[in-house]
Amino acid sequence: MAGFNKLVGSYAEAMAGLEDGMTVIAGGFGLCGIPENLIAEIKRKGSRGLTVVSNNCGVDGFGLGVLLEDRQVAKMISSYVGENALFEQQLLAGELEVELTPQGTLAEKMRAGGAGIPAFFTATGYGTPVGEGKEVREFDGRPYILEESIRGDFAIVKAWKGDRYGNLVYRHTAQNFNPMAATAGKITVVEIEELVEPGELEPSQIHTPGIYVDRMIVGSFEKRIEQRTVRAAN
Amino acid sequence: MSLSREQLAMRVARELQDGYYVNLGIGIPTLVANYVPAGMNVMLQSENGLLGMGQFPTEAELDADMINAGKQTVTAVKGASIFSSAESFAMIRGGHVDLTVLGAFEVDVMGNIASWMIPGKLIKGMGGAMDLVAGADNIVVTMTHASKHGESKLLPQCSLPLTGAGCIKKVVTDLAYVEIADGKFWLKERAPGISVDEIVAKTAGELVVPEVVPEMEF
Repeated sequence: MAGFNKLVGSYAEAMAGLEDGMTVIAGGFGLCGIPENLIAEIKRKGSRGLTVVSNNCGVDGFGLGVLLEDRQVAKMISSYVGENALFEQQLLAGELEVELTPQGTLAEKMRAGGAGIPAFFTATGYGTPVGEGKEVREFDGRPYILEESIRGDFAIVKAWKGDRYGNLVYRHTAQNFNPMAATAGKITVVEIEELVEPGELEPSQIHTPGIYVDRMIVGSFEKRIEQRTVRAAN
Repeated sequence: MSLSREQLAMRVARELQDGYYVNLGIGIPTLVANYVPAGMNVMLQSENGLLGMGQFPTEAELDADMINAGKQTVTAVKGASIFSSAESFAMIRGGHVDLTVLGAFEVDVMGNIASWMIPGKLIKGMGGAMDLVAGADNIVVTMTHASKHGESKLLPQCSLPLTGAGCIKKVVTDLAYVEIADGKFWLKERAPGISVDEIVAKTAGELVVPEVVPEMEF
């Protein structure tokens, strides 16, 4: 069992080995399903010059936004970064590079990276600035562009329940990019809400099999809501 | 009178069919959900990984793990499914979504669309829009026919960087319903009380006008 026990005892241990200049792939969509404590650990650790791959870059003061405060991020690969004033400042000042990537292409880049596929053709972005300089091929008369996959030195992931083998289940739409991120890290670190005993998760219902997971820690989460929209109860 | 946002949404809702899977973009497209005809069932796809999006939650139902692509808290309808972003865009890119509705800055006679980037202004990103227009066969663009300054948004050629090339066939504006085919705009319907002359004057790209242009019905 020891070899399969993915649990680590501290956040410092969870992110051990993260060095300046590395690439970190992060799960999450907006502030939903983000590995908030692993991000906080990267801030505490002070690693710099990072390339961060994530659909968004958090907001000011929360999520990946906190890594901007000490200028730890050199480059963001994202589909949408509009929720963050500090991001805007650093981008306009030339302190931060951004590679805007269509959301579905970003998800597929992570999926392909984790699946050992170095590149794929997609129609998304053909004829737009995204397609500029990329190889084009026609299939059945339609042009497609070649997109390269992404792997990270680290992947940081947030799941709901996990067992010590690293088998994971995500909760509701907090799943989003997390399953792909989990496959695409040389070292994949997961934080979970609830540790369960092996066997408690129905094997056929597991979202991420433990083979992808290197380290796991149980955390407590703020789960901040970005757009709180409610209706009146009847 | 040009159409209100609600009337635009009502006209787009006429494109719905029973059993459709539909992706609605942010803004006016979102309002289409309010005008699904009685007795018709459609399933709303939200590209962050939800098929079967429901209404906003009550305070009691509020859940930070349950959001839509606009990052708003939502609920799921009975029969909904939830999945990863890769699965979500497999549905979109693979052409499984029956109807996509989104806004735009410009469209042109070749079916090109520009909706995500104005050079010189801050670029926030394209999100899922490029995947949506590349993957869907049936796309409806909703927008105003002309800018506040009266400049046409239906052009011979888009001036802004594209979101997608040659992918738009239907446009509902506050003045008209227009289809795109063979390198031309085809005027199909006019908003109630709007003259054909006004639509012609505010359409910069080549517009084919039939002898009779019916008024829109909602």
